[in-house]
Amino acid sequence: MNWVVNNIGLIWSLTLVQVTLAIPPIILGFIISLPLGWLANRFRLTRGALLTISGLLYTIPSLPLFIALPAILGTGILDPINVVVGLTIYAVALMVRQTADALASVDPGTKQAATAMGFSGWSRFWKVEFPLAGPVLLAGLRVVSVSTVSLVSIGSVIGVTSLGYLFLNGLQRDIPGEVISGIVATLVIAIVFDFILVGIGRLLMPWTRADRTTRSSRRAKGIKAPGVRAAENPVEVMAK
Amino acid sequence: MIEFRTVTKQFPDGTVAVDEFSLVIPARQTTVLVGSSGSGKTTLLRMINRMVEKTSGEIEIDGESIYKLNPVALRRSIGYVMQNSGLLPHRKVIDNVATVPLLNGVKKADARRAALDLLDTVGLDRALADRYPSQLSGGQQQRVGVARGLAANPNILLMDEPFGAVDPIVRAELQQELVRLQRELGKTIVFVTHDIDEAFLLGDQVVLLEKGGRIAQKGTPAEILSRPANDFVATFIGADRGRRALRVEVVNGRNVVVDADGRPTGVLQA
Repeated sequence: MNWVVNNIGLIWSLTLVQVTLAIPPIILGFIISLPLGWLANRFRLTRGALLTISGLLYTIPSLPLFIALPAILGTGILDPINVVVGLTIYAVALMVRQTADALASVDPGTKQAATAMGFSGWSRFWKVEFPLAGPVLLAGLRVVSVSTVSLVSIGSVIGVTSLGYLFLNGLQRDIPGEVISGIVATLVIAIVFDFILVGIGRLLMPWTRADRTTRSSRRAKGIKAPGVRAAENPVEVMAK
Repeated sequence: MIEFRTVTKQFPDGTVAVDEFSLVIPARQTTVLVGSSGSGKTTLLRMINRMVEKTSGEIEIDGESIYKLNPVALRRSIGYVMQNSGLLPHRKVIDNVATVPLLNGVKKADARRAALDLLDTVGLDRALADRYPSQLSGGQQQRVGVARGLAANPNILLMDEPFGAVDPIVRAELQQELVRLQRELGKTIVFVTHDIDEAFLLGDQVVLLEKGGRIAQKGTPAEILSRPANDFVATFIGADRGRRALRVEVVNGRNVVVDADGRPTGVLQA
């Protein structure tokens, strides 16, 4: 415990590094997977190819990848870009399948209705399919977020310092407090990221909670079920 | 007026859904396409707004080929109501109703104001405007679907078994609403159903379809009832089972109409 108190500054600065390294791969992975997932969902031919390739990407061991990337990218061996690129590859590997599944989860009847209303292909995707794929996309993004936050630590092995430094250093110097603080800080980041993602989801997808909220507020206010239209008091509903 | 001229639709797998179909659908009336599954009725409906593209033939609206128009623009000019409402689950009721005007570039405030009026038109409480579709009953959802179909004030309204998925009581209520609405609005309605009673209730013109979109008979409900063209029609409308065979019995000095089972259904007025 003493170690933690004495090194709280170090833990905090490494936590910030961990966060800074984890955010870009999550966002980039999401953005890159979107067109790939769309392609995988759209054509049978691309589906097989894309899902296989993205699945294989995830099987690349992280340590060799981090070591090979500087050679491929022409970056310095200690450049944090290596970690960001490597983790983006893993994020894409996870998210392509998830994006394809998310787009496939949108009810075909709803898509047809949107076409019948006069949505063009482009606007139908962004205004109907993408938001309706949201819950499944979010589920995938939460997995990517947790996995990325923990994988950032591996970068420490190749010298890109992050919370992983605390495990390595703590093990070498036999300071359990240091190892544990690294684990706890990583966990906390993962949990905070998850909360933020869920929060963003609630904000952007209010309809997914609509059923629950009305049922509870209806109970609270004694409003009748939606079937009894005439009996409902509009003022009460409006006041909600 | 909508006119089909020798329209054929063959799907990529080889099935001919509609074979050389010709029909004139008069303006400001309700035409009901009725038939069992495989009769091509939904395919025919969806060819009008080019959700399904023809293989050959010609479809015209008011004398103009629909194939000269951009499909997206065409669809925005035609109301469409489908089974299971087809509402967008992520949009509030009011925004669902305002969908097409918003696509057409109407200002959001104006579109919403018009949408509220439309809720009145279809007999929905304005308090439902801020709900999501999942928070409504099936009947309410269908009403929202009808309101959405009317929102851009189209001349033509396509209805694809719109009342097929609601319970019989709500269905009867919605059918009566549609009859009332049509009396007020006078749209050119093309209505698809497999329910002959619904067809007779709603249709000014009823078109009975056999497999492959062959017209077994078309005419007013009275014409079809009074003279079924063939055995298929007689079976379909239930004439062969005596369901439509009413007769008159005199009870207490009045003419009571009874059905084939002898159950009274009404009294003849002098």
